[in-house]
Amino acid sequence: MGQVRRVLREPLGAFGLALVVLVVVMSIFAGLLTQYDPAGLSPRDRFLDPSTTHLLGTDQLGRDLFSRVLFGGRIALYVALVSTAISLAAGIVLGLIAGYGPRWLDNVMILLFDALKSFPTVMLALALVTLTGPSLTAVMVVVIIVNVPGYARIIRTQTIALKSSEFVMAAQSMGASTARILRVHILPNVIGPIVILASMDIPVVIAIEAGMSFLGLGVRPPTPSWGSILNDGFANIRETPWIAIAGGLPIIVTTLGFTFLGETLRDIFDPRLKGR
Amino acid sequence: MNDATILSVRDVEVAFPAGGLLSRQAILGVAGVSLGISRGETFALVGESGSGKTTLARAINGLQTISAGEITFEGQRIDTLGKSAMKPLRQRMSMMFQDPVGSLSPRMTVGDLVTEPFRIHGAQGRNLKAETKRLLSLVGLPPDFAGRFPHQLSGGQARRVGVARAIALEPALIIADEPTAGLDVSVQGEVLNLLNDLRERLGLAMLIITHNLHVVHHVADRVAVMYLGRFVETGTTEDVFDAPAHPYTAALLSANPEPDPDRAHDRIALPAEVPSLLRRPSGCEFHTRCPWVQDRCRTEAPAPADIGGRRVACHFPLAPGARPPAHRKEPA
Amino acid sequence: MSVLAIETLNVTFSTEAGPLHALKDVSFTVPERRIVGIVGESGCGKSTLINAILGLLADNGRVTGGRILFEDGNDLVGLDPTAMRALRGLRISTVFQDPMGALNPVISVGRQMVNIQYRSGLSKSAKLARATEMLELVRIPDARAALRRYPHQFSGGMKQRIAIAMALMMEPALLIADEPTTALDATLEVATIELLKDLQRKIGCSVLFISHHLGVIAELCDEVVVMYAGEVVERGDVRQIFHQPKHPYTMRLLECDPARQTERTRNLPTIPGEIPDLRARPRGCVFAPRCTLAEAICAAPQVERDIGRGHRVRCVKAVSPAEAEA
Repeated sequence: MGQVRRVLREPLGAFGLALVVLVVVMSIFAGLLTQYDPAGLSPRDRFLDPSTTHLLGTDQLGRDLFSRVLFGGRIALYVALVSTAISLAAGIVLGLIAGYGPRWLDNVMILLFDALKSFPTVMLALALVTLTGPSLTAVMVVVIIVNVPGYARIIRTQTIALKSSEFVMAAQSMGASTARILRVHILPNVIGPIVILASMDIPVVIAIEAGMSFLGLGVRPPTPSWGSILNDGFANIRETPWIAIAGGLPIIVTTLGFTFLGETLRDIFDPRLKGR
Repeated sequence: MNDATILSVRDVEVAFPAGGLLSRQAILGVAGVSLGISRGETFALVGESGSGKTTLARAINGLQTISAGEITFEGQRIDTLGKSAMKPLRQRMSMMFQDPVGSLSPRMTVGDLVTEPFRIHGAQGRNLKAETKRLLSLVGLPPDFAGRFPHQLSGGQARRVGVARAIALEPALIIADEPTAGLDVSVQGEVLNLLNDLRERLGLAMLIITHNLHVVHHVADRVAVMYLGRFVETGTTEDVFDAPAHPYTAALLSANPEPDPDRAHDRIALPAEVPSLLRRPSGCEFHTRCPWVQDRCRTEAPAPADIGGRRVACHFPLAPGARPPAHRKEPA
Repeated sequence: MSVLAIETLNVTFSTEAGPLHALKDVSFTVPERRIVGIVGESGCGKSTLINAILGLLADNGRVTGGRILFEDGNDLVGLDPTAMRALRGLRISTVFQDPMGALNPVISVGRQMVNIQYRSGLSKSAKLARATEMLELVRIPDARAALRRYPHQFSGGMKQRIAIAMALMMEPALLIADEPTTALDATLEVATIELLKDLQRKIGCSVLFISHHLGVIAELCDEVVVMYAGEVVERGDVRQIFHQPKHPYTMRLLECDPARQTERTRNLPTIPGEIPDLRARPRGCVFAPRCTLAEAICAAPQVERDIGRGHRVRCVKAVSPAEAEA
């Protein structure tokens, strides 16, 4: 709880946390906050401007934009949290193996990480979607492939540094198994920075999902996504700016929120500031 | 070797690969040493950095594979054992590392640290809380220390936690690598007294690795002096301190500045730098720095010989109180 | 004439748990051409003192009183950073435990030694000659060739000697040596001490030598300052300190050195207890909680007294040799 208080003490952190909480709460309670079906067509109500009945207006098919934004937030957060969690888990496991395992395995894994990392995200997304067709899963797979090598490398570097530390040698001399050394003695010492890094990557993931959906590589219509709303707005920008605004605003708010929060967390946990 | 011997090291060598990827060249960190430690005995390994003393300790503990020789612990050959076969023996032999704080896992509490050996070797039927209390009181720490983290401890306190962990499973042998390193003078005595006390109460044998000869004097029954991976002199502490027979031992003994400004410093100066293990000197490996060097030393390696109850590897062992020859050209 | 005179220096760090009084009323002088040793255990304030002299206190640390007078009475406290930088390296130089702190691993030793002479007006070749001369002075074999080599190509002992050569190259008035021999093996340690003594005589500078090793201090220093928990508890001539220590802490510390125990013992003397929390200093003697000789009178604030010929002790119970006679 002390950490939350420290975040709140920083104005930027408090602001970021507020934005994140806002987005999360609105996404979770989307069903209670609007009576409209985000996919419900209403051809007569196309291109309505914002009003008390439609807070953000309607799109080219007459769907309520406010409810599409709320339900789109669910998709965005779902993709962001699930794929980040999977990336983290995979990155940690692979990084520990590369860092603690034999030298040759480390070399092979580093080669693999670098090869994966060198693919441009868009190319990767296009290739994958060509194979499997656009889907939410495709988006998550892309995110995981993009994130894992970076996480794994950080964990690997720290693991190598700790591998020859005296407390790890002491554990070896006590007869601790490799699994125990990794779990009890190394993991708790390497996990901090990566979690903070991942929290700062969440806005990137949200942007990737929005970008892929914008390009038609992600969520399939009629499922709402901030990226596909933005795409609709782009196609109908001559009719009304409201659709583009409705798609863009939540992306900006969420990205800022997570970024501010992540930066504050990083400052708080920065080891260089420890002990002061 | 008699029944009381619990550790026996015979002609052990440790080779490290040197040079490039395709090079077969190897350097010998430990170049053929033998020693035996009996139950309840304290044996000290003395040498300067690079002498191979830490490597030897790790080899005995199975953290370092050896390239020749054999190591026997409690009657069982251990250098050929795999990790799982070695595990039960690790309850009988524990090792303390140099850095008092750095050898403790930073995110674990003192309570978890001292009971870690139980968790590794099966804690069935043990009350870990009670064990924590018992171990902390054995090393003279109050029970409320159990909740502290390593960075909240002073060097001396951290060292006590290390000792508590080392004795948790009541081992027969403790290997202590520089047990007083990084400790204040006023705390060094505390740790050495504690180790001595536990040794007596628990009947432990100890292998102490140190560069501090004054420490050796007070705790060790026997001492071996290492130079470039070999023992140059081995004997009882009294004998070696009273009359060092090997010139290197004599130089080490005289190199300890004593807290007395008026003491005549009739010091045996060792010129030149320590030779590289990659290019070991010919003949007696100490000849490049030896003040008593003679022609024979440059070409012929001395075989260790028993002289008055100790083993010395020198062609011209020193008489008690020998002084270096007065005139000697300093090598560049 | 003194090169450095520290007068009732106080340093306080602000911490989350309140102000930490790291140095309290520290006074001593480093006379010209003398080697003054500071001895004390961890937490005694040695590093804070050095940082205060060099103007390198951490952001949360502040000099809260006293003066640090250098050479002609220049107060280093509150000196602006530019002026301080001009002094550092030129008039005050430093050697630390790890010589790699002073050596850049990717620049040859010769270039580094020429670079630090940037303030002198000498020609490049004269600077190189000076560098060669300094390396010869610290007994680096084949100095000319050594200039072309990189720090990692030297052994630990040689690196420390090169660091000493660099520190003394500009002939500073004061060399601050912070545990410069601690990381060295015994045989190299004594060689380095002898070298330092020799160089100090040749260059004629003063040295402030910090060490926890009593033997090294006894051998090298002319005067000794004993620090405990951020206070100077005793200071004087090296013989006064080592032969007639008057402060109980000094006495106990000397007893603890295993080198003092000529008889083999399995029961080495220690000083039980810990240094007090510097956030809540005792009002009286700072050593009293661990002192076996402590009495009621020790609970009162202690003042430093001269008990004869510059031997100063911060202990009410310390008596001068004359008083002891009476």
